Amino acid sequence: MKYMLIMNTPRDGYAQYMKWPRKLLEANAVFMQAFTKKLKEAGELVAAEGLGSPDQAKLVRAGQDGKPITDGVFPESKEFLAGYWIVDVEGEERALRIAAEASTAPGQSVTRSDGSTIDHLWIEVRQVMGSHEDVE
Amino acid sequence: MKASLEQIEPLLRDLAPRALATLMRRCDDFAAAEDAVQEALIAASAQWTREGLPDAPCAWLVRVAQRRLTDHVRSEIARRRREATVAAEGSFAATACAGEEEVGRDPDEALVLLFMCCHPALSTTSAIALTLRAVGGLTTAEIARAFLVPESTIGQRISRAKQSIKASGIPFRMPDAGARSERLSSVLHVLYLIFNEGYTTSSGSALHRTDLSNEAIRLARQVQALLPQNGEVAGLLALMLLTDARRAARTGPHGELIPLDEQDRNRWDREAIAEGLALASHALSLGSVGEYQLLAAIAAVHDEATRVEDTDWPQIRALYDMLLRLTDNPMVALNHAIATAMVEGPAAGLALIETLRDDERLRHSHRLDAVRAHLLERSGEREMAAALYRQAASKTTSIPERNYLLMKAEG
Repeated sequence: MKYMLIMNTPRDGYAQYMKWPRKLLEANAVFMQAFTKKLKEAGELVAAEGLGSPDQAKLVRAGQDGKPITDGVFPESKEFLAGYWIVDVEGEERALRIAAEASTAPGQSVTRSDGSTIDHLWIEVRQVMGSHEDVE
Repeated sequence: MKASLEQIEPLLRDLAPRALATLMRRCDDFAAAEDAVQEALIAASAQWTREGLPDAPCAWLVRVAQRRLTDHVRSEIARRRREATVAAEGSFAATACAGEEEVGRDPDEALVLLFMCCHPALSTTSAIALTLRAVGGLTTAEIARAFLVPESTIGQRISRAKQSIKASGIPFRMPDAGARSERLSSVLHVLYLIFNEGYTTSSGSALHRTDLSNEAIRLARQVQALLPQNGEVAGLLALMLLTDARRAARTGPHGELIPLDEQDRNRWDREAIAEGLALASHALSLGSVGEYQLLAAIAAVHDEATRVEDTDWPQIRALYDMLLRLTDNPMVALNHAIATAMVEGPAAGLALIETLRDDERLRHSHRLDAVRAHLLERSGEREMAAALYRQAASKTTSIPERNYLLMKAEG
């Protein structure tokens, strides 16, 4: 079964990340690399990507002529997708364990827009829909 | 004379487990032997397309694999020497480099190979990948395409499976009589999972996944040829054939799901049904009835009805009664409730389902809601049915199934 483990970051997450001390940045990079490698070696990794800063993101829709109309960032969004892993595992329990481990990535406690802080980011776990059903 | 890939591939798939079994007689390193055969297969498909088939293809394959294995053993010995751990080296070299004796065709060896690849010590995902490669002769890339995961992921699964085999010291020989039936049921379970992975797909990469069903049927045929008197083996093969016979009818032109009672039965594969029916009755005649035999019998009753209204529901219910005595699988209980509803009316089915509503194992399954919706709809409870169809749609992880359920909710 495939699951997407989604790492969201509060609005200021990226800006705060840019100011992390070097040691923390290194520790985070080492963790992420080792974590992804471990998933790969376990034969469970399908894909993993980190996304660029939402400052660079664009909103797009088709105009009357079908050509793209773009807009800046989404001013109302409180959270942004920072990155994700897709894993193929035996069941949900395993996906949750992997997500819990992902949440322990070294980082600075993040300040939310309401002033509260969090130590570990929540990882959202969603099952990937497929084109096949459960076993009959 | 050149040979085409269409000629070569089925031959290689057939020869792969035999070559591996022959190698395993000379060398106790399963992981290395399997790698060597895989390399030999790749070399064969390149060389044979260029130069045509050799006179003795199996012997060719064994010879090339043996050479790769010997190279591997040499470098392994060199490595061990460097590490100054010389224990067991002598015997390792002696067994691995034994002379070129006859290329064996001992049919039991294919079975031993299957027992090893489907060993209960392996996770099911690992067992599936290893079985498809070592016994099915598929390449890592082909397996990866079928499961929609990267090739390296399957490669890792296979090498982990081999590590588990090594670590648990599973010997390459027929399990003792006492353990055999349990080990056989692991094999059948893995083959059934491979079949379902292919069969229950209705769109997207359906082409590749269909191959998985064919592969499972091919492997089940091999096991059946080796154990013709085993009822569960015959039952599983019959179940696969009788289910697969409906494949063309179970999806519409846009990949939409068509349930059994709405399928165009003219599109069912009569030849597969005939073979499946014969096997299913053979299976039941062998005594001691198991789950696959009963599931095959149920599939047979469905397939025998040329019109949906001819379905012998009392017979299907009786078979589910028997199945319920063998397993506490809630899905079986759910199907039993459907059969009861078909015999006695929807109220009787709904009453049986009431007892399943607290079952923890069904809590996240869409099927309980879908079945209740279906039975309520038949009782004229349109609104409740629509709500339950939507609830089921939100729980399923299959896109075609979700679309089907939402359509049912609309009426």
